[in-house]
Amino acid sequence: MSEPQIVLEAKGITKQFPGVLASDNVNFDLRKGEIHALLGENGAGKSTLMNLIYGLHRPDKGEIIVNGKQLDVQSPNDSIAAGIGMVHQHFMLIPVFTVAENVMLGDEVTKRGALDRVTVAEKITEISKQYGLDVDPNALVGPLPVGIQQRVEIVKTLYRNAEIVILDEPTAVLTPQEAEDLFRIMRDLTARGVSIIFITHKLKEVLAVADRITVMRAGRVINTVKPSETDSAQLANMMVGRQVILTVDKKDHEAHEDILKVEGLSVRDQRNLETVHNVSFTVRGGEVLGIAGVQGNGQTELSEALTGLRHPTSGKVTIDGNDLTGKSPRVITEAGLAHIPEDRQRHGLVLSYSVADNMVLCDYYHAPFSSRGVIQPKALDENSRKLINAFDVRTPSPFVNAGKLSGGNQQKVIVARELSRSNVKLVVANQPTRGLDVGSIEYIHSEIIKMRDRGVAVLLISAELDEIMALSDRIAVMYRGQIVAVVDAKKTTREQLGLWMAGAHVETV
Amino acid sequence: MQSEKQSNSLSRKILQAISDASLVPFLAILTAVVLGGIIIAFVGGNPFLAYRGLIEGSFGSTKALSETAVWATPYIFAGLAVALAFKGGLFNIGAEGQLAVGAVSSALIGYALPEWLGFSLPTIIHLPLAIIAGMLMGGIWAGIVGWLKAYTGGHEVINTIMMNYIALNTTSFLLNGVMKDRSPTNVIARTPLIDESARMPAIFEGLRVHWGFVLALFVAFFIWWLLNKTTLGFEIRTVGLNPDAAQYAGINVKRTIILTMVLSGMLAGLAGSIEVTGLNYRHELGFSIGYGFDAIAIALLGKSHPLGIVLSAFLFAAMRNGATRMQFLTQMPVDLISMIQALILLFVAADAIIRYIYRIKAKGERVVLTRGWGG
Repeated sequence: MSEPQIVLEAKGITKQFPGVLASDNVNFDLRKGEIHALLGENGAGKSTLMNLIYGLHRPDKGEIIVNGKQLDVQSPNDSIAAGIGMVHQHFMLIPVFTVAENVMLGDEVTKRGALDRVTVAEKITEISKQYGLDVDPNALVGPLPVGIQQRVEIVKTLYRNAEIVILDEPTAVLTPQEAEDLFRIMRDLTARGVSIIFITHKLKEVLAVADRITVMRAGRVINTVKPSETDSAQLANMMVGRQVILTVDKKDHEAHEDILKVEGLSVRDQRNLETVHNVSFTVRGGEVLGIAGVQGNGQTELSEALTGLRHPTSGKVTIDGNDLTGKSPRVITEAGLAHIPEDRQRHGLVLSYSVADNMVLCDYYHAPFSSRGVIQPKALDENSRKLINAFDVRTPSPFVNAGKLSGGNQQKVIVARELSRSNVKLVVANQPTRGLDVGSIEYIHSEIIKMRDRGVAVLLISAELDEIMALSDRIAVMYRGQIVAVVDAKKTTREQLGLWMAGAHVETV
Repeated sequence: MQSEKQSNSLSRKILQAISDASLVPFLAILTAVVLGGIIIAFVGGNPFLAYRGLIEGSFGSTKALSETAVWATPYIFAGLAVALAFKGGLFNIGAEGQLAVGAVSSALIGYALPEWLGFSLPTIIHLPLAIIAGMLMGGIWAGIVGWLKAYTGGHEVINTIMMNYIALNTTSFLLNGVMKDRSPTNVIARTPLIDESARMPAIFEGLRVHWGFVLALFVAFFIWWLLNKTTLGFEIRTVGLNPDAAQYAGINVKRTIILTMVLSGMLAGLAGSIEVTGLNYRHELGFSIGYGFDAIAIALLGKSHPLGIVLSAFLFAAMRNGATRMQFLTQMPVDLISMIQALILLFVAADAIIRYIYRIKAKGERVVLTRGWGG
């Protein structure tokens, strides 16, 4: 057959949200048995388009045609009936249920009123064999590795006879090796006639696995191309609409004396499980130490223990010679910490406070911002105007609530507040650019490098390997709560780091 | 946080903010009044006459005005108590109990202190001592709940309710026992009268309105200033809005929770103190039934803003005070007022109804009364 069969077509889809045209006359089609990548920055409209197809929202204009029939989606049930399955970025699994129970959830098979686990398990085993998706139907989901949990999600869609599978940012939580596995599964699926929409913002993955690539920007489709006809620079250009500098411009570093010293640190999480085991490292003034690792390998607890948000169970933390083990955030801040927290809306900001108030969130209590317990509005005002200018925060005024700003500008408010403090000796930046647009990422990267060049010690924690490689002078890899390797950033490769992140043993350090 | 040049547009902005904030409460009152009127007509009364009676009874004469102010005084204090806790992310249902222990303590200092000392005290010392005793006791009473919340995660809603039972029954025990008025004719559970030196003077000869009312207005202003202009207020509000960010910012969250409850309890205790020293000159079992609970309604209707609380306290006071006149004119039972108050509160709490009826779009974020259990 010369003309490929179209299984799904979206025509002229338009969706207006308050203040945002999330989808602007979008046309998109999916051929039978292809992997069609939907590429774009956060906020480009990828997820909106998929939510419209999946029935979570309804389009204002346009139509969706599945297998030649117009699809009138009122709810996800309609799209499931039409053979569309979706694997969300955050898995929709119940950890205390088995694989079989999770798979049948919402579509339970019963035998005389009781769940019929046997029939379901048989069907799952059959699907596993047919598509090369190895899962044990009787295993509890909770302890399974993330990669396997993702397979369970895919099995769930196939169990419901999905012929079109939407994968929303599936590699965000995977190690490079797990991602390779996923790509193999995706190819197996398409070989058996399943069609896949692969949503991502990672260029390399798209080039590796997709049959066609549709790039979205600001709610519009920019172009649809074949991987053989393009390269990452061109794709990046389409994504952001301008030439992007993929590497950060930085001078050779001159590291000074040790600033942050961590010795034998162990930390427990809220479930009382030890997620950081006996970790030791140092960060010197004038260098960036990047901590690479797949999310959930103890990075969160490590940074919380360093910044005073969590008590370590044992070990010692010193900043510039001061023992700050288990001290409160205020004491550590006064000793010279600037902390860009992992979750900017939970820890970093009070969203219903003004930008000006947020810019003194950690410093409101001392001069010039307050005097004898009374806040000095004039000082707050001057401070915020100065920082808004210096850090290019796009806000209509200092009095606007921080919650009204875009993610990038919210992060800039935090970066401005933390990096402008006069006594900073150590910066702990945890996922400083997650979910931001390229412009903000570049800006925040350059600010971090500026701090390094001023002789400040920087600890960068990030799940984005590209970010780690671009900024770090040395790289430590964290795996299951331990630092498994510390290497010179110039003397390592993505592949090597990926192996360590996946738990491979370290032969040479 | 403004420069003088902007004052023109700023005053307009402030007016805008006030009208935005008060739109829903205003419409809630209007709707409740209209519904109340329909109900009055339905049971055979004349709603216009009834409401005329209500207004005459509460604002129609100097005496009526004075009595409305007398009613409003404890409402303002107790409403501020609940509102301050709201601002700190805490739901203080225990104002009733804190008010009772405050009243008992003030009464005790009021009638017994000179006896213990063996000499009488001048008003300038005795009255403040009585008031401070009530505030302290209310603060301790609520502070226990704050401590439980901060260090054990025990939820303040449950614990303030439990502390209410303890307070009210302990009060009953004391008023029937060691603190009972021993005068031969007395059969009521009440304390002896407090000394003249512990009494709050009236503002005008012949009217019951006392200086406690002025104090209430001053305290309302003070609480506004404390919350919005001081570092302590900044800490309380930050903990209330985002305790995680507060911890990150180096604020001692546990200390702030306890302090917020103590301040809230002090305001509730003050409500009890002022009733004893300014109005009743003794504490009597059952005198305050409902102030502490009406205070929740007042705080909600006033959107936890001190000015809003003064206004809603006046509204509730006027309705309570005018009810008798309404009953006299139309033979409508006084309970009708409770029903209208309940309707107002219902419309404020479930403001989606009001927004739907009047087609108002939601603006800003929702009022968060209390966080999840153990949160």
